[in-house]
Amino acid sequence: MSEATGSASELHWRSATELADMLEAGEVSSVEIAEALIARVDAVDGDLHAFLRRTDERLLGDARASDERRAAGDARSPFDGVPTAHKDLFVTKGVPTTSGSRILEGWVPPYDGTLVARCAAAGLPLQGKLNMDEFAMGSSTENSGYGPSRNPWNTATVPGGSSGGSSALVAAGGTPWSWGTDTGGSVRQPASLCGLVGVKPTYGLVSRYGVVAFASSLDQPGPLTRTVEDAAAFLQIAGGHDPMDSTSIPRDVPNYLEGINGGVDGMRIGIVREFESAEGTQPGVRARVSEAYQRLEKLGADLIEVSLPSFEFGISAYYLVAPAECSSNLARYDAVRYGLRAEGVDVASMTSRTRDAGFGAEVKRRIMLGTYALSAGYYDAYYGKAQRVRTLTINDLKRVYADVDLIATPTSPSTAFEFGAKTADPLAMYLNDVFTVPVNLAGNAAISVPCGTSPDDGLPVGLQLIAKALDETTMFRAAYAFEQDFGWAGSPEGRPPL
Amino acid sequence: MDIDRATVDHVARLARLELSEDERARMGTELGHILEHAAKIQALDLDGIEPTSHAIPIRNVMRADEVTPSLSQDEALACAPESEQGRFRVPRILEEEA
Repeated sequence: MSEATGSASELHWRSATELADMLEAGEVSSVEIAEALIARVDAVDGDLHAFLRRTDERLLGDARASDERRAAGDARSPFDGVPTAHKDLFVTKGVPTTSGSRILEGWVPPYDGTLVARCAAAGLPLQGKLNMDEFAMGSSTENSGYGPSRNPWNTATVPGGSSGGSSALVAAGGTPWSWGTDTGGSVRQPASLCGLVGVKPTYGLVSRYGVVAFASSLDQPGPLTRTVEDAAAFLQIAGGHDPMDSTSIPRDVPNYLEGINGGVDGMRIGIVREFESAEGTQPGVRARVSEAYQRLEKLGADLIEVSLPSFEFGISAYYLVAPAECSSNLARYDAVRYGLRAEGVDVASMTSRTRDAGFGAEVKRRIMLGTYALSAGYYDAYYGKAQRVRTLTINDLKRVYADVDLIATPTSPSTAFEFGAKTADPLAMYLNDVFTVPVNLAGNAAISVPCGTSPDDGLPVGLQLIAKALDETTMFRAAYAFEQDFGWAGSPEGRPPL
Repeated sequence: MDIDRATVDHVARLARLELSEDERARMGTELGHILEHAAKIQALDLDGIEPTSHAIPIRNVMRADEVTPSLSQDEALACAPESEQGRFRVPRILEEEA
């Protein structure tokens, strides 16, 4: 940490780790941090529309309580007093939670999800709830029932999605870190489009209890941050076994920060042959990602060409599996126990009318697609085949990981695109996920790290590093080595103009 | 390859979605377009490949059968659009008798 320590005007650009150090050293109070972030959000959120709901009063109350704990020597964690804001599908007791949908407008959850509770237990003051594509279905926030968020690098472009409120806010210095969820790329892609670090942890590492469900076998919460260190620390806070989620892996998270600076010397990193020739990847993205591969090689990694033939079927399989699970999960919105209710003469018409009124176009499309893929006569041809392709993806990865420690790819084939560019063609929007969905199908861990801006449009590009299941330690080590050598994160160059 | 209107209507009924005329018309084309892309996997020889429904091998997670604190009846009903006498209130379910 250098000069200007404690300077209120710069506090909002500090990483969570830096803020924790400053709190520990008594250089700043949690209330001062909260006030600086409120001022920053006041200044930028009119342009960004990252928030669906701000909880400023609660934030200041939480911050005061944190300062008192610290003064009494009772800090709950090193990060006690460092604020955060959650994607609006994390269930928060007493704070409305919409999952970006009109069907949940006004719902005030009666409980906290595990992740929310763990952040609170670590002493993190709550700034509010962030915008997203409805039920996390989308890559741009254009499917939000409450209007889109905008990218601070260029407000005419999308911030990515579905965790686009989170990516816009973290990139603009409105919060040091935020939790999103990643079902097919919904943390990594917005991180890539906003120049951030985004992690899709191993399936089962972070509890899904109190996370509004989309596709249960693929959904996984993940952090969006400005530094690799913060991502590791955030995963440390919220990860680990939870008896409330029967798909939670029954083990503790290791200390990711230990040995994070171990470097990549001798690490074997796979470059996917099929992706190098894949059409649809922008030249500027290709250029930056190739430079990133070379940087890893310069740092001592061995680049090894690998082949993942099943990956080209990932999108097809994903867009059958995810809608199938979504159609089943979203059956719960029946207008009986919570949420919107439209009038109907009987229960069936009440439910059907409510669902037509409350769900947006993309959610209806996916429910229809999933119901179709699961219906009698089509199940084997669509859902059954997709599940078998999922096995191929897992087998492909197993084979490749015999020879490599990590696989490197672009995160997204394009930089941030303009509003409306892909909304007319659902399939074009889906193809955005080509590099990210296979990871969800297989359950592995992956990270997106910024690797500069595209020479085509000056917008951020992300490098994806895919690890074996539960090998986040290797993933963080490589990402950290790259980030430190590249020197972009935290530098003025790595900040959006807004 | 559009999905025909009868199929759209059938699937919408299964999904409890009372779609408008416009939505029904669009849905047939859009679903057809997406399914054409999905058809890439139809051609794959997947004989002998087991289906995967879940990426991690966790099965039959059990816990002790003990009473633990949960939402009270009032808390559970507080979110409901309508409730009465400690129950969720809904319109009639069965056809009324003649």
